[in-house]
Amino acid sequence: MLNIKNLHVKLEEEDKQILKGVNLFLEPGKVHAIMGPNGSGKSTLSYVLSGKGGYEVTDGSAQLEGVDILDMEAEERAAAGLFLAFQYPVEIPGVGNMTFLRTAVNAQRKLRGEEEMSAGEFLKVVRAKAKDLKIDADMLKRPVNVGFSGGEKKRNEILQMAMLEPKMCILDETDSGLDVDAMKLVAQGVNALRDDKRTFLVITHYQRLLDHIKPDVVHIMANGRIIKTGGPELALEVENNGYADLLEEVA
Amino acid sequence: MAVSSQKTSSTRALTDSELTDSSGAWAREARMTASKRAQAAGLPQRRDEYWKYTRPDAFVQADVTLQASLRTSLGLFDRRTTVSVGFGDGKIQAAALPSAVHCTLESLASASVLDLHWARDVYGRLEAAGQKPVERSLAAVNTAIAREGLLLNVTGAVEAPIHIHATSSGHSDAIIHHVIKVAEGAAVTLIETGQYGARSNIVLEVDVADGGRFHHIRVQDGNERHMLTHIFGKIGAEATFKSFTLTSGVELTRNECVLQLLGDNASVSVAGACLGDRDFHHDDTVFITHDAVNCESRQVFKKVLRNGAVGVFQGKILVKAGAQRTDGYQISQSLLLDDDSQFLAKPELEIYADDVACSHGSTSGAIDEQALFYLRSRGVPEAKAVDLLTLSFVAEAIEEIEDEDLAQDILDHLTETLSAR
Repeated sequence: MLNIKNLHVKLEEEDKQILKGVNLFLEPGKVHAIMGPNGSGKSTLSYVLSGKGGYEVTDGSAQLEGVDILDMEAEERAAAGLFLAFQYPVEIPGVGNMTFLRTAVNAQRKLRGEEEMSAGEFLKVVRAKAKDLKIDADMLKRPVNVGFSGGEKKRNEILQMAMLEPKMCILDETDSGLDVDAMKLVAQGVNALRDDKRTFLVITHYQRLLDHIKPDVVHIMANGRIIKTGGPELALEVENNGYADLLEEVA
Repeated sequence: MAVSSQKTSSTRALTDSELTDSSGAWAREARMTASKRAQAAGLPQRRDEYWKYTRPDAFVQADVTLQASLRTSLGLFDRRTTVSVGFGDGKIQAAALPSAVHCTLESLASASVLDLHWARDVYGRLEAAGQKPVERSLAAVNTAIAREGLLLNVTGAVEAPIHIHATSSGHSDAIIHHVIKVAEGAAVTLIETGQYGARSNIVLEVDVADGGRFHHIRVQDGNERHMLTHIFGKIGAEATFKSFTLTSGVELTRNECVLQLLGDNASVSVAGACLGDRDFHHDDTVFITHDAVNCESRQVFKKVLRNGAVGVFQGKILVKAGAQRTDGYQISQSLLLDDDSQFLAKPELEIYADDVACSHGSTSGAIDEQALFYLRSRGVPEAKAVDLLTLSFVAEAIEEIEDEDLAQDILDHLTETLSAR
């Protein structure tokens, strides 16, 4: 699904190398988790993959289903099936959540040369999916993320994911700022989207989220590289011992 | 209105006989005194502090010849039930104006030949009161020479909005003077769309008695080249006044709004959203005087500027001694879509009472990159994402419109305008 080779990235504005040769191979239908200490480059990886400005790729490549995505605009990557659930979803006053969702769904369809979803059909689909995430009619009507609690914002991210039906989902610290119940609800939403084709890359600091979204593969990232890859037990090891041992091991 | 006569009228004082030609007693008096006011004040000069950011030349020069082709908001608000008043090249079109329950509609042209008329208590009076402390001589010129306008006497709650729609063949000056009188406890909504002329000087005087409610929505999206408007409002106790303007066409606009809050517990709001491109120069000048206890006033202006467009905001809140518990809010913000565009703001507070809450803010900013990325990461193309963020930016001004249906119409119109450009 997603094949990242020797990815080197620096900040555009200053001479600071963030990613120093990331290699990742994500198969269809699998859930990969990336854990790592602060400043290891996890969020940068998610931004670079989804097309945020301000970064410069100095070496390496990233392919989504065999197609290079690093030269694409953010919206083209989205239309190609990439989705990033933001750590801090952005508030957009004055733009209704529903308007935003419908604009996004139809913009992607248009970019893919598909027919737009009618207002009626859209409403039916969005209501059903919102219900599963316990998102009420009021939240759909309100401006995007404005006045939403931390949990509501993250549920709203998952709703967007459910509506856009991406192939490759990146979740950037989706557990941050969530209490246990909110995290369970979000995890349920993610699990409902798991199937044998859709791939997930779950970025997190804590093993906790991985109790609810069970990963197939766990990677540890430090200092701009993947330093260790293993099964779910690797996350437990980090939870018990911290990153210090792993970092020493590599050094 | 012939172009030639307007050319002269804007550069020299008309003779008494020209001014009062076919005027009835009340109109003759109002026109004569306005003419004296205008002559005493003189025309605005470029060096005037009050015209620091907008050159008055275009409004006063005689030799401005303008040719504008029509492109207006025809059809906007058509799906709402309204009482429609048409202006064509500065003249009210229907021989007989429509009627509505709880209000009378008359044309200035026909009412001004009478010797007595209710409008005498308002026409030119509110404009005269608005000449202090800053002179607005072009409004006095308007009072002196305007021959057409809508006179609206509101005696109860008028259900359907009164909709003035103006059209113009494209190269005329229009000098229009509307008068609205809202009686105690009465209510009306006035909508103004279309273009009066290639160059227009519009005055709207609104007298809202105690407990009255006046709502005003204006769309300036024709390609009128120069437009100068003045609203003079006198607001009674417990009364409400709300005016919202959307400007997307028009090369040069100056919208002045002068309000006097004279009764306790009154509430006013003046708001505007504009989309400016290239030669666009848009000036909102507001002066709100609090002269009563426990009144609220709001000024909310949002300007979206690109390709060298210029936005101006001069807003003042004057709180007189004794106007305790005044709640004044003023915000003016611009969204600059490039480095060539500029926003000039002069927010002012002058307060002589001690128990007052007044806040003001003014900002200029670019598109929020994080929000832009958020939208694009969902598949929304950049241009469409900028449009959505533009709508988001002006939303606070549109929220000042009380009627949700009309606010939705404005939003839809704005969305269309954005996607068309």
